[in-house]
Amino acid sequence: MRSRSFLTGFVLAVGSAVAAIVFGRRAARRRERAELYLADGTLVSLVDGEPGADRLLEHARELLTTARN
Amino acid sequence: MAPTAQALADLTEISTQVETAVVFDRDGTVLGATVDDERAGRLAEAALELIRAADEARPDGAEDLVQLDVALADGSVFVAADGDRLIAATTAPDPTVGLVFYDLKSCLRGLAEEPEAKPKPRRRTTTTKKKDDEKP
Repeated sequence: MRSRSFLTGFVLAVGSAVAAIVFGRRAARRRERAELYLADGTLVSLVDGEPGADRLLEHARELLTTARN
Repeated sequence: MAPTAQALADLTEISTQVETAVVFDRDGTVLGATVDDERAGRLAEAALELIRAADEARPDGAEDLVQLDVALADGSVFVAADGDRLIAATTAPDPTVGLVFYDLKSCLRGLAEEPEAKPKPRRRTTTTKKKDDEKP
């Protein structure tokens, strides 16, 4: 009985940790965005998945990789 | 130290969020960087590509692009322009965007300012009064 409740607790703890990591990564990816500041003060914000955003994010990833390697 | 190198040294000293930075012109010529020359050239090239992509992503008839930032999961990329001179920088994730832009713009402004000509040291002219008791 005691080992069963321990096992249940262990499974719940591991499951929670995995879920936290998965949701954290998903949330981090969702936060990926590009913000363009124009001369008249306008801000154009492009979130991952929107047209034009993919190319911008790809170039930014390339730049970040170059900077760190 | 060259003005660009000094400005970049000041930037990395003031802004702890900036990891790497490169100053370049619209032709991709590197004017200064916090990394080696080879990497600086690739960074400038990548930054120009980023600007081209941003220009294409702008809505039709929109004003010119003056600065941009891209937030990624593992860091952020910033590009700011001052005339023909540009600066690109990378930071860790979730930087203070306004502060980074302020520091980058200050760096560019500092470079735009002509170094003031140092005034020539003037020859010191001193007149010594003869004391009365020194008279022969």
